[in-house]
Amino acid sequence: MSFVEEVAATHGGENICACIQCGICTGSCPTAGEMEYPPRKIIALIRAGMRGEVLSSSSMWHCLSCYMCTLRCPRDVRPAELAHALKSLASRYNYRIKGTRAPAIYHSFVSSMINNGRVHELGMILRYYLTTNPLVALKIFPVGLKLLLRRRMPLRPHKTSGRRSLARMVKKFREIRGSH
Amino acid sequence: MKRYAYYPGCSTESTAIGLGLSIKAVAGPLGIELEELEDWTCCGSVQYGSLDELEAILVATRNLALAEKKGLDLVTPCSSCFITLTSAGLQLRKNHLLMSQVNEALAVANLEYHGNVPVRHLTEVLASDVTTEVIASNVKYRLNGLKVAPYYGCQLVRPDYGFDDPDFPRSLDRLVESLGAEAIPFPLKSRCCGGTLVIPEEDMALGLIRKLLDNALENGAQCITTPCPLCQINLDAYQSRVNNKFKTHYNLPVLFITQLIGLALGIDAVSLGLNTNIVSPGRVLDDILGAGQEASHGA
Ligand code: SF4
Ligand code: SF4
Repeated sequence: MSFVEEVAATHGGENICACIQCGICTGSCPTAGEMEYPPRKIIALIRAGMRGEVLSSSSMWHCLSCYMCTLRCPRDVRPAELAHALKSLASRYNYRIKGTRAPAIYHSFVSSMINNGRVHELGMILRYYLTTNPLVALKIFPVGLKLLLRRRMPLRPHKTSGRRSLARMVKKFREIRGSH
Repeated sequence: MKRYAYYPGCSTESTAIGLGLSIKAVAGPLGIELEELEDWTCCGSVQYGSLDELEAILVATRNLALAEKKGLDLVTPCSSCFITLTSAGLQLRKNHLLMSQVNEALAVANLEYHGNVPVRHLTEVLASDVTTEVIASNVKYRLNGLKVAPYYGCQLVRPDYGFDDPDFPRSLDRLVESLGAEAIPFPLKSRCCGGTLVIPEEDMALGLIRKLLDNALENGAQCITTPCPLCQINLDAYQSRVNNKFKTHYNLPVLFITQLIGLALGIDAVSLGLNTNIVSPGRVLDDILGAGQEASHGA
């Protein structure tokens, strides 16, 4: 399977072949300036089969999911959803992403959610800083402290009983998909 | 009383506790009954969808299945939960294989989903079901003259699920106006605040937040109001970080729309969680209390 076929088979990448490279997505993207490959360009790279460049890129991790590109695209390519699909592919194949710590916060979020049933922000943030750079935590410590003092950062997670059924469902889903 | 199944979202119990509290405080007076889903779990948000786009649909659907048992519309106040739950439902309707796999997995928790839950954002319920007329008729303290920047954020109106214009939405403006306040023109009203990337990519996000604060002030805002938990925390808690970085002096209160409504209904500040806002909403409160006194003098 070529890379473009692989992407087109994902949930989010379905319409990639409809792209006419008009650049409206990039023109409407608030963080295009931070991306090595803004939306239009990353689509061009996918169609050129440059799998490694695309999946190891930090570009889609700079996407804010603001859906401006999806709204504006005249061909219904849905670049925002495509960014999710590309990040999922990169995660599935364990690509190491240089130049952004966004993957680490995403992983902290999901593990907090699976452990507790709901996200526990303090736990998520602590795990994030421990796995990336604990020193940076000092910089934003004042923000965290204010949230803590205003009761917006509970110390303990709210563990719901739903977490057990959630974990069972996820396990089962992986079995089902693994067997297909 | 109109009844709804209620999905609060994780943040209403923590970082956006002011949103959770103020919703509980205004629901009764506005004639809506929100039945919280028992045992709900996190919707997964963009984060889960960025690590495994299919499994993300499963974890969101657990909550849809809980709501379907109730047979009511599912209401959430969180913009991110709103698009996550809505999009999961839409995908399942289109993809029958996925629907059957999801149901096979749900079955281990004695749940099932048939695709019949309308997901609605609280802002839409307030504007369309409760209606601005009913809100206006319940106002005790009209917020006359208060200049409010209505900030929608991005995920409330995009992708376009059809309840408001994705570029120039008006529903929040109308809610603000129903309280007697002035919804100022706010060109960046549906631009992104940086979302969760404020943690790993702070510099990038602070730039976006600054533009929003600047645009609101330029247009004469005395405060900003938003329905979105993520927008509120970025504009409120990170305002001092913007000031540090850009040597600015912003001091603009950011209230949840339900806090603003609650004030106009005459509900006390603590019940509305206003003591949990970082930039003190004191000025807004003073204006309202002042106006309230004038109103009672006039009477
Ligand atoms: S806006 Fe759509 S068609 Fe145009 S370049 Fe972007 S993805 Fe392609
Ligand atoms: S959704 Fe992502 S790629 Fe699209 S405009 Fe927004 S930030 Fe850019």
